Amino acid sequence: MAEVTADQALAPAATPAPAAMPAGAPTVPEFQIVPLRGLPIVAAILVGLVAAIVGNRLWALDFFHVVGGGMWTGIDLFVGLIIGPILGRLSVQARIEFSTRFMPKMLIIMPTLVTMTLAAGWQLARHLGNLEAHYHNHAWLVASYCVVGVMAVIALGFLEPANLAVLFELKKPRPDGELIGKLMRRFVYTAGITGVMQVATLVIMTKLAVG
Amino acid sequence: MSAVAGTDRGVPVAERRLPPISEVAVATIAVVVMGGIYLAAHLPRRAPLGPAYGLLGIAGALLLWNVVSLSRLRPFAWDTFFLVGRWALLAYLIFAGMLEFIFIFDHVRGAILVILTLMLAIYAVNIPLLLAFSVARYQPVADGPDR
Repeated sequence: MAEVTADQALAPAATPAPAAMPAGAPTVPEFQIVPLRGLPIVAAILVGLVAAIVGNRLWALDFFHVVGGGMWTGIDLFVGLIIGPILGRLSVQARIEFSTRFMPKMLIIMPTLVTMTLAAGWQLARHLGNLEAHYHNHAWLVASYCVVGVMAVIALGFLEPANLAVLFELKKPRPDGELIGKLMRRFVYTAGITGVMQVATLVIMTKLAVG
Repeated sequence: MSAVAGTDRGVPVAERRLPPISEVAVATIAVVVMGGIYLAAHLPRRAPLGPAYGLLGIAGALLLWNVVSLSRLRPFAWDTFFLVGRWALLAYLIFAGMLEFIFIFDHVRGAILVILTLMLAIYAVNIPLLLAFSVARYQPVADGPDR
């Protein structure tokens, strides 16, 4: 196989070539694919979420739903529309260093935020009677299911597998730059799509909040 | 079987032709999500269950097709597949378990609970399968007998 250098391969076709590439193969820093230090935090959040659901307290459910949803929406918008385009224009070395620090964190942050938002949101809607078919904003609620459903398919079907595959590729002694470039483009594009879809979530949720 | 890192029978691992396991897994997620939305949109009334059974059947058939296709892959980086798969399965069993807990806690009963439970089971197996396949497909195949 003809070797494609990582810097050639990682440069997205639609973006200008990164300036001042260092000679030779880029260095991949040591990193953990799953940051184990974050797992106790995830466990604590999930325990708190279960307690909120069992207690069925309005404030606790609202807290988990609003905090989780706000962070989920904010991160999706920020990554998809701000970080993604910047990442595409960084040098290969900078992109690798950023990815090895950023993507493992995303691997545990996003599923946790999604779980706390959806689980608490479902219970909150039930608590408030919004799940009832005769709720006057029922159509908006069903629209929110559809938006979340599409985002779930994109995130679980494309974004997360690409994220994980990049991290494993970066762990190889000689990472395939072309493959990483392809997977990173998929990650950035799908993050952008979910970011745009989050605008629809904001429209629906603000409508539901005011009744 | 090739023992060369990054290749499989002389073909770079990234360029191997494999069955559309990822695509079918994504379709499975979509069908499960559609089933969940269909049932949720009718709550608290009982939705007509025909479409829900249909979607469940389609999702189950797609998952089965994927498992059979996977089992026929030779050679394949099975070590990596199972490494990623078992941890992802643990994580998604926890997430699916939480959703199941909410359904039971909210007094969902009968056929709807059975359908939702089976859809959650498909979800909890399908996503780890997709994640494990997405990683393992790009891994070099280790020395040793084909599995």
